[in-house]
Amino acid sequence: MTPKLAKKARLRFDRHSGRHMVIYPERGLALNDSAAAIAMRCDGTRTVSEIVEEIALEAGVPAAERSSLEQDVVEFVALLAQKGLLEP
Amino acid sequence: MSAPRPYTLIAELTYRCPLRCPYCSNPTNLADHDGELGTEEWKRVLGEAEALGVVQVHFTGGEPLARKDLEQLVARARELDLYSNLVTSGVPLTKERLVTLANAGLDHVQVSIQSARPERADAIAGYAAHPQKIQVMRWVTDLGLPLTMNVVLHRANLDEIDELVALAEDVGASRLELANTQYVAWALSNRNALLPTRGQLDMAAEAASKHKARLQGKIDVLFVKPDYFGTTPKACMDGWARRFIHMVPDGRVLPCHAATSITTLRFDSVKDRPLADIWTSSDALLAYRGEAWMPEPCKSCDRRSIDFGGCRCQAFALTGDASATDPACERAPQHALVEAARKSADGPNDRRYLYRGR
Ligand SMILES: C[S@@+](CC[C@H](N)C(=O)[O-])C[C@H]1O[C@@H](n2cnc3c(N)ncnc32)[C@H](O)[C@@H]1O
Ligand code: SF4
Ligand code: SF4
Repeated sequence: MTPKLAKKARLRFDRHSGRHMVIYPERGLALNDSAAAIAMRCDGTRTVSEIVEEIALEAGVPAAERSSLEQDVVEFVALLAQKGLLEP
Repeated sequence: MSAPRPYTLIAELTYRCPLRCPYCSNPTNLADHDGELGTEEWKRVLGEAEALGVVQVHFTGGEPLARKDLEQLVARARELDLYSNLVTSGVPLTKERLVTLANAGLDHVQVSIQSARPERADAIAGYAAHPQKIQVMRWVTDLGLPLTMNVVLHRANLDEIDELVALAEDVGASRLELANTQYVAWALSNRNALLPTRGQLDMAAEAASKHKARLQGKIDVLFVKPDYFGTTPKACMDGWARRFIHMVPDGRVLPCHAATSITTLRFDSVKDRPLADIWTSSDALLAYRGEAWMPEPCKSCDRRSIDFGGCRCQAFALTGDASATDPACERAPQHALVEAARKSADGPNDRRYLYRGR
């Protein structure tokens, strides 16, 4: 599965809070930096493990912490799906 | 108290509308309103709203398509990186104009229909618009724009949940808003003709929840319960002047669409003062912001930070006192007013509509 943000959801930087937000018709979701790093990669071209790989490389996550990163990614992607923020 | 950050601007661009929905939430005294803001004024206001923290704008009305400058306002929203939503009846619209709006940066379209059945829909709207609305919804999804289909529910269409869901699936909506009527403005004048029975409502709620589960992750099915049948009021606007800036066509700044009905308040206009100034210090916005204004039982109720004591407009309309606990709350001293209305829905009475005026 290559998660992709739903059409109705727009990811953008919020200059007021210095964070990223996912905005959709009924609400906005403020993201912390790690969630933003995941959301940014939900573009339909990467699998969950590719997303984990990329973030790990970029942030220099040591191998011992990979599994907890992977869990974060899986959970956040599930949250987006549950909120209807991923393409079906 | 410092002013909270607003996230959403609801911009009612005009009260003009070809339809005449008897539940319309626009004011009943349409003729008493001032002239509409011009294009440049709206562009300025969009910038001021963004500077205050707004990230999203809903262009609504009346019928926002009645404004020839809608494209320019959508483009301005895009320039400010605001998420823009067009809330429309779909009349009048051509595919060419929709393409122009999409190219200007429109992010989302919400189309309201009155019923899944054409004759019923047109009888409710007081205008033959149904086929056009279906067409518009298809254009929206053909263009790849996300679509919300909105239906205001009441006793004449609550039996249609299955049909409405099927229609939403057929036109490719990504959200379906099944919104029970809020009894304000024209809807309050038509309450007798609109208020459903508890039985109707329960059946509809059950049907909606089945579809919600079935379509999970595919179509977001939202069933907005009517506060008249609950035990606690709705968290109106997430609190008075807290998250939403609501602007009416003549430039006045409100906490919600119905607040001009509270005749004891005077709302400031962006024609006279900058938006930031109004948001932080307008008397009308300060009147019920936060919790200091609350009477008992709200003042010592542990739900007060959840529902904010309910709807001020409803409190004013039903009791004459805008600071009263919303009568929809079963703990409200004047809850009997809502109970009586609810009971009357079971009996025979005059169900004719008073159509929205112009
Ligand atoms: C006032 S309308 C203006 C936009 C456009 N004319 C339309 O009807 O879609 C804004 C939205 O409020 C909904 N609405 C109107 N009156 C309502 C009421 N009394 N309770 C709940 N929703 C209402 C409409 O269905 C529409 O989705
Ligand atoms: S709710 Fe109906 S009458 Fe009111 S503005 Fe929308 S389409 Fe027009
Ligand atoms: S008493 Fe007031 S705060 Fe408590 S549930 Fe009722 S309306 Fe809400």
